[in-house]
Formats: sequence, C-alpha cells, structure tokens
Amino acid sequence: MTGELFSTLTSYNGLMVLLGTALLGLSAGVVGSFMLLRKRSLVGDVVGHAAVPGIAIAYILSEMSVAGSGKSLPGLITGAFVAGLVGALTTLAIDRTTRLKADAALAIVLATFYGAGVALFGVVQKSPGGSAAGLKNYLNGMAASLVWDDVKLFAIVAACLLIVVLLTFKELTLLCFDTDFAAAQGWPTVMLESLLTLLVVAVTILGMQSVGLILVVATLVIPPTAARFWTDDMRRMVLIAGAIGATSAVVGVAISSTGQKLATGPVIVLCDAALFIGSLLFGRKNGLWWDWKARPKEAVV
Amino acid sequence: MSYEVALIVTSMLAAMSCAVPGLWLVLRRHSMMGDALAHTSLLGVVAALLVVAGLEAAGLVDPTQTEKVADYAFLAGAVLVGVGTAYLTELLTHSARVEPGAALGVVFSSLFALGLFLVRFAADDVHIDVECVLFGVMESTVAWDTIGESGVPRAALINGIVLVANLALTGLCYKELKLSAFDPDFGRTQGLSSGLTHYGLMTAAAVTVVAAFKTVGSILVVGLLVVPAATAILLCYSLRSVIAITLLMAAVSAILARVLCRTLPSMTFSDWGVEDVSTAGMMGVSSGLLFLIAWLFSGRGGLVTDSIRRLSHTVDVAAEDLLGILYRLDERDQKPSKQAVADVVAQRYDLSRFVMKFAASRLRDRGLVVLDGNEWQLTTPGREAAASLVRKHRLWEVYLAKHFALPEDHLHEAAHRVEHFIGDPIEKKLVAELDDPWIDPHGRAIPESD
Repeated sequence: MTGELFSTLTSYNGLMVLLGTALLGLSAGVVGSFMLLRKRSLVGDVVGHAAVPGIAIAYILSEMSVAGSGKSLPGLITGAFVAGLVGALTTLAIDRTTRLKADAALAIVLATFYGAGVALFGVVQKSPGGSAAGLKNYLNGMAASLVWDDVKLFAIVAACLLIVVLLTFKELTLLCFDTDFAAAQGWPTVMLESLLTLLVVAVTILGMQSVGLILVVATLVIPPTAARFWTDDMRRMVLIAGAIGATSAVVGVAISSTGQKLATGPVIVLCDAALFIGSLLFGRKNGLWWDWKARPKEAVV
Repeated sequence: MSYEVALIVTSMLAAMSCAVPGLWLVLRRHSMMGDALAHTSLLGVVAALLVVAGLEAAGLVDPTQTEKVADYAFLAGAVLVGVGTAYLTELLTHSARVEPGAALGVVFSSLFALGLFLVRFAADDVHIDVECVLFGVMESTVAWDTIGESGVPRAALINGIVLVANLALTGLCYKELKLSAFDPDFGRTQGLSSGLTHYGLMTAAAVTVVAAFKTVGSILVVGLLVVPAATAILLCYSLRSVIAITLLMAAVSAILARVLCRTLPSMTFSDWGVEDVSTAGMMGVSSGLLFLIAWLFSGRGGLVTDSIRRLSHTVDVAAEDLLGILYRLDERDQKPSKQAVADVVAQRYDLSRFVMKFAASRLRDRGLVVLDGNEWQLTTPGREAAASLVRKHRLWEVYLAKHFALPEDHLHEAAHRVEHFIGDPIEKKLVAELDDPWIDPHGRAIPESD
C-alpha cells in the first residue's frame, strides 16, 4: 500500500497535484496572516461565496456569445475574480457608510451574492452546454485533476503574490497593526487596504482549484491562527503560517489519494485543523500545554 | 392550496421564522455566527443520519420508522453541533485568546469540512444529497410533502411553528435580549446571565436553521437570518419598529423572490427554455435587493437621499451668496450683468458653474431675482433678503474685529462662512453686544434691519 501510494504521488500527476496545492496552501497561509492581524479573517469566506455568481455569469456570457466556450478557464477565473472583488469592496462600503457593523456587512454580502450564484447555477444547469457538474468543482475543489498548465499558472500567481508581500511587508504589517499611525505617517492606507483585498481575492481564486470556494476560508484562517501559538514576530508568523498551509496541503493530498472516498478538499482542511490543535496545545507561545506546565505550584507554607 | 400559493406561504414562513433570531444575532454583532450555524448544520445532519443508520443496523430502530426518527435526529444533531460551534468559539476566544472572528472561522470551517468529508466517506451507509442540504429543494418539498388532503406543505407547518415559538421567546425574554444586545455590562450587574442568553439564542437559531433546511437549504439561511434585520435597522430607530419591519421585509422578500423567479428567467434566458430557477437562491437576491434600496434611499442616511440633501444645501448657500454678490455690486454702482457676476464668483468664491446655475434658478423660482435682459435684478423681497444677509455678515465682522484683534483682511472669509447660519436670535444678541453699529471694519454701511 505504501509502495502504491509512493508511486502514485511521485507520478507526473501526483507531483503536479502536490506542487500545486502546496503553493496554494503557502500563499493562503501568508496572505491570511495579514487578514488575521487586520481582524478580518472572515473576509475570505465572503470572497469565496461572492465569487460564485461570477463563475456562473462568466459561463453564461461565454455560452451566449460562443456556444461551447462556457467552461474555458480564463473566463471563469476572471468572472470569479471580479465578483469576489466586488463582494469584498461592497463589504467595506457597507461598513463605512451605514450604522451596520463589519460582521453584518460580511453576512449581507455573502448571503446576497451566494443567493444570486445559486439562482444563476440553476440557469447554468438547464443551459444547452450540459450540466453544471464541471463548474461545481470550483465550489468543491478539484485538486485531483490539476495538470502541469494549471500548476504553471499557480506557480506564477503564487510567486507574484509572494513577491508583492515581500516588497510591501513593512507597509502591510504597519497597516494591520496601527492603521491610524500609518495614515498619520503618510502611508497610502487606502491603496494598501486595496492591495490586501486584491491579494485575498487572488488567493481565493487560486484556492478554488484545490479546496474549492466554500473551503478556501479554512486555508486562509487556520494556518495563521495556528502560527500565533508559535511566535509573536510577524515575519516568523508569516513563515510558519505558510509552512503549515503547505504541509497540510501536501499531507492532505497524500492521504486523500489513498482512497476513493476521501474527498481532497475536506481532508486538506482537516489536516489544517489537526495542525491547529497541535499548535494550540503545544505551541511555544501561549500553547495550552506550556501554560499548564508553567502554572504556579501550590505555595509551600 | 395551489402550488404557487403553497410555495409563497412556505417561503414566507421560513423567512419570517429565521428573521427573528437573526435580528438578535445582528444586534449582538454575531451575524457571522448565523453563517457558521448554517455551515455546521451539515455536519449535524450527516452525523445524525449516521447514528440512525447505525441504530437501524443494530436493530434498535424499526426500518419503517426510520424517516420519522431521522427527522428528530436531524434536529438533535444540528442543535448539538450548533451549540457546540458557539461553545468551541467561546472557548478559543477566552481560553486560548484567539481573535473572535478567527476563532469562529477556525471552528466552523473545520466542522464544515468534517461534514463534507463524512458525506463522501459514509456515502455507502448513508445517502445524503448534498445539493439538497446545501441549497434546499423547496419546489419538490412543497409539491410532494404535504399534510393529508389539504395540500398544506409540511415544511410550512414546521416553519410556522418555529416562527410562533421564536416570537414567543422574543416576547418572554425581551428584556434579557434587549439588554444583552445594547448594554451587556449593565445586564450582568442586574443578574442576567449573559451565557444563558447567548446559548439560548444559539439553540433557537440552530433549531430555526434546521427547520428551514428543506425550504431554503443551509447556506442560504444566512440571508434570511441577517438581511431583513439589517434592512430594518437602516430604516428604523426604535427596537419595536425594527422588529416589525424585519418581519415585513422577510415576508416581502419571499413574495418578491417568487415574482422574480417567474419573470426574470423567461425575460433573459428564454432561448434556453429556462422558466424557473431556485426560489431559495432568489430569496437571497430579493432580500439583498430590499437592503440595497434601503441603503440608497432610506430617509436618514440613505446614500442617494443624503447626496441629494447635501447638494440642495450647497445650492441654498450658493443662492444666498449670489444675493450677497448682487447687493454689493449695486452698492458699488456696478452693473449686475451676467459677466460681472461670473467674474466675482470666479475671483472670490469657490462655486462651480453647475451649482451657480441651480442657485440662480432657485432664486428666480422664489421670486427674489429677475433676469432683465443681460442683467440680474433684485426684486423687493430679494433686496430685503440680500440686505439681511449682508447685515449679518458685517455684524459678524464687527464682532470678530472687536474680540479677536484680527487684521482687516482676515475678517471676510470667516464672516462669509458664518453668515448663512446666523439666525434672528443671534443677530439680536450681536446688535445688543456691539451697541447697534452702523459701519463694518472696512468702512461700509451695515444695512438696517426691518
């Protein structure tokens, strides 16, 4: 069994899947760290759900102009990206211009966009192009069907994301820790905020290929939260979060390839969760085990 | 009961039953908890079904009774997982000091993933139609799952009961809910257990979510929980009105959804023979539409109404400025031609031509100004209004010069801004304080009052 597993994983397909999902896990962990600091972890959930109508609309528009072109990837990705971005910006707009708080803004955008997505998927289902089965993969993930072209694309996008983060690391960190100070110092906070939003949307769109749109929030939230139990240093936290994300992606893919009934997306997330629990208990900083060990002993009178 | 009516009634009851606990979630800043409950209910359902299947295999449950038992099991499973979600989130937030949003994200996405995992993993033992759970199957539930001969869908009855229960709970616990939403610290000093309120609300929400399952599916429940309440909050300012409007919005969104379902697809996608789309999805859209309308057009704070109000105010101020310009031109015996006015505006005032046009027509409509050939002429009431404005301007200049030792060229700017907001009472006080002056610091005469 181990021999089989090994050969499956090291085959061309296997390596593609491993590499692709590892890159996605890494990017999500890194970008998610900033969202965690910004206290906006759940934006990933909203972007993931908001992207759904984008996919449906992209499909419908393509089909209407050129029949059969609906499932072309660039079109769908563009649709998902635009819709996700609009969703994220709408959330910010509602938060800034009404009495409603951030949490309500998130829920409203999520529900409305997703409702539109579901309604539009009903249309897609009945379109002459056939069923929406192929499109549903974007909701549930389709790591198993990644090919070299896909992985090349991920690698490029992930590399771009990481370079951007590297270049703007100080600025983004400052934005997340103390927005007002950053603004007072003259940093262009609006632009940085928009950049961060763009990064989140980009990661979400990447993530939809591996874990699916619905679960992408997990890859954005769990690794950084786990990393918090190991360090307070922002640079180390980003590295650890990326490492956790990549590791659970790889392990998740490996485990799920051992059986037909092991859906890849959920397994990756469950690996994330396992690493989280491990960090929660044994992380060097604030890990519960260390806290328990360090508790003051009974006073000796 | 016809199919269409049954559909509308069921969706209305589902929407209204969700809106009640949802309102309290929004007020207590726990909107995303509704999202979390909606996601994790999948796990509850799957786990419950697995348990039932296991019991059946072990012979503890009569196969003919399975469906009934399953329904109760769903409820129990979803409630347990829902309360568990809330509990684990609280645990992470307080004991492990994780940021609340992140804690919620970690808990619900893990549990949801577990649910999805089990669906595939246990597919042999338990057949779950994930589509059904996630998106609901209102159309077929309403058509087939009816009570006896009446044609009343069972889902309608269930949602109706939950609605009544939620309203009753709101009524009974009104004080507690209100305090926990608006002043939790005070509530605690009064002895109200915030924990009880919190978990009680979570339980009620979890039950409501499960009851609405078959109608709208678990993910779209989020819309029903949060959006009508958010719309009501934009429109009203008292809690009782908010509650009433929330229910109204929920009901209207259900009806609107059905209308959109029937009309939109045939308008846009008729080539594909699409006549009907998911009502549940449309409910998410319709409640969002209502929210959008409130966001843009609500009486206080609506984006569009606010912009219009601000523009109107800008035009009013510009109109008064225009009166002042005409008065001063007249004082200096200069011709108030259109060009002269435009020159003064360009030189000393920061007003766009668009606004000035509006201002001029507003003055004409009010009969304060007439256009005589190429010249603006103040009418008698116009002259009075202009004089009053200039009087206030110059009184304020005298006041500033007396109390603030400002150089002469600093006085005009300040007076120019303040003159629009000096009412009669303040004018009287200025006159008394300054001893009824008759010239301003620049040596110009202060117009007399009537």
